[in-house]
Amino acid sequence: MVKETVFSLKGLYREDFKIEAYRFGHGDKSAAIVGSLRGNEMQQLYICSQLVKTLKYLEAHGAITHNHEIVVIPSANSFSMNIEKRFWAIDNQDINRQFPGDAYGDTTKQIANAIFERVKGYSYGIQFASFYMPGDFIPHVRIMEAGQQSPSLATLFGLPYVIIRKPKPMDTVTLNYNWQMNGTSSFSIYTNSTDLIDEASARQAVSSVLRFLTRMGILKYNNHSGYIASITNEDDLMAVKSETAGFYKRLKNPGDFCAHDEVIAEILDPHEGEIKAKIKSPTEGIVFFAHTAPMVLGDEVVYKILRRMHE
Amino acid sequence: MIENIVSVELPVHENLVIKKKRIMPKGLDSKALSKCPRISIVTGIHGDELDGQYIIYELIRHMNMHEDDLKGIIDIYPCVNPLGLDSGYRGIPMFDLDMNRVFPGMSNGAFAEYVAANLINDIIGSDMCLDIHSSNKFIKEMLQVRLNDDNEEKLLPYAKTLNADFVWVYSSLPVREATLSYSLNHLGVPTMVVEMGVGNRISKSYCKQLFEGILNLLKEVGVFKGNTLPVKEPIVSKEGEVTFISAKDSGLFVPNIENLGEIKAGDYIGDIIEPIEGRILQHLESPVDGIIFTIREHPVVYKGALLCRIYHKD
Repeated sequence: MVKETVFSLKGLYREDFKIEAYRFGHGDKSAAIVGSLRGNEMQQLYICSQLVKTLKYLEAHGAITHNHEIVVIPSANSFSMNIEKRFWAIDNQDINRQFPGDAYGDTTKQIANAIFERVKGYSYGIQFASFYMPGDFIPHVRIMEAGQQSPSLATLFGLPYVIIRKPKPMDTVTLNYNWQMNGTSSFSIYTNSTDLIDEASARQAVSSVLRFLTRMGILKYNNHSGYIASITNEDDLMAVKSETAGFYKRLKNPGDFCAHDEVIAEILDPHEGEIKAKIKSPTEGIVFFAHTAPMVLGDEVVYKILRRMHE
Repeated sequence: MIENIVSVELPVHENLVIKKKRIMPKGLDSKALSKCPRISIVTGIHGDELDGQYIIYELIRHMNMHEDDLKGIIDIYPCVNPLGLDSGYRGIPMFDLDMNRVFPGMSNGAFAEYVAANLINDIIGSDMCLDIHSSNKFIKEMLQVRLNDDNEEKLLPYAKTLNADFVWVYSSLPVREATLSYSLNHLGVPTMVVEMGVGNRISKSYCKQLFEGILNLLKEVGVFKGNTLPVKEPIVSKEGEVTFISAKDSGLFVPNIENLGEIKAGDYIGDIIEPIEGRILQHLESPVDGIIFTIREHPVVYKGALLCRIYHKD
């Protein structure tokens, strides 16, 4: 393992900000892996730390195939993470909205540029990502339909689902999209946590990456085959909205089956405790996304359901 | 007439309401009104941008006094991020989201996308839209109109009516695809962006200047026939005519200039200093003769932070 500094920035009074990369093996640029780009992505950083630990062990035992190089950048925003802020510490810019970056641009554009310069040109790009809505997902691989996507490759992670997303304007400045535009097969891995560590899904994410790297011939490693993934377009997920606002009582978790018309959530008046609304499932299927916050707005997406899907 | 274009219930006994003030000629039936030109004016996408508040106050006050001069519809969206503005926060507070990065939105999407889609749907049908911004707390801007070069031919004549000091025509950047102006232009509503001043403040002289320009624009598009004052001929800047000066090191930026405007090559702009060592890290002088139209306002800078922009002809 070789540790490199990808980017550094002098603080006025804080210690220097550094983005560090961990390189394993040598030869062809095979896989680049990026962890937390945002300061609240604890789970994403934790997964990367476990991956670095495992790759270090595997490299020491000769398990990285000849002529393959893997690079891991666990964290790109420690400045914000250390002060419990989600976006860039001073101007609140989202680093994952600055790609491909600009070497002469604003600070966050320079950060994005340094990351992108280091991770571009690899055959496979893997990012541990988070969603902007407060909620939990079924662990899945997400790919963007930007012209170079490969759903069949995404199934090789062995996670239960592969979601294909049609890029929206705001996606065009993300790492995943720019990786793909630059010729890298890019994948975002979502687990069911962001701000808190979920050990089980973190382990699942680490295993899925090791499985993928093994199937691509980059690692010599023996692990479970995982799932034969179902591939779904994001637009086919059925959004269920909250109808009214108040305390939110979630009755289903990601991965649960729900029947048509089954009550899947209750909304309570925040002062009087009475049930204001019972949210019923408009379809039968598997809960793919579930809102987590204790309260909910009046017209908020609280579930996304994989329609007519069964366990 | 004030109407609610979006209403979303908040968790504890409050509603988020986005309002629209419609000013229209009196005595016309709906058929006649539908034939009138219509202009939309949007402010407050960012909760820390307050100049638009003063401008629409002046505009509504003026129109109240000159109702007979109104020949078309003015739709004013005074604050499309009310939770941000009322809490002194730039983005949408609960989601920490920049509202001007979620357009065109999606009516079946998450909260911000839903609000964005409703706003877009309400504006569609306007003959023109003006999106008023006040920079942010980090940067001070001269009163300027910004146009994407895709729309230059169509919009530059209108931009020149706005009494701005400066019109900046720049090429598309990907991030701008998710803005209100990009989305509306894409959907057939010619839209201009105005930037001025600095976040969290009201720059009254710029507000007065733009207010006169808006009256002039309203006249140009046939919405208003009252008296207007002569407007400034703005400097029009195109690709390659703007020099960006950024921080080469992290430190404290201490500007040496009080006002934006003309600058000569070699003029002292400011320094980045390192207080604890008592030394200058970067001494800034203008590399060109030109117009300084942007200057750093917040002193703490990291490497790469924008310090100023200078327009130069050569």
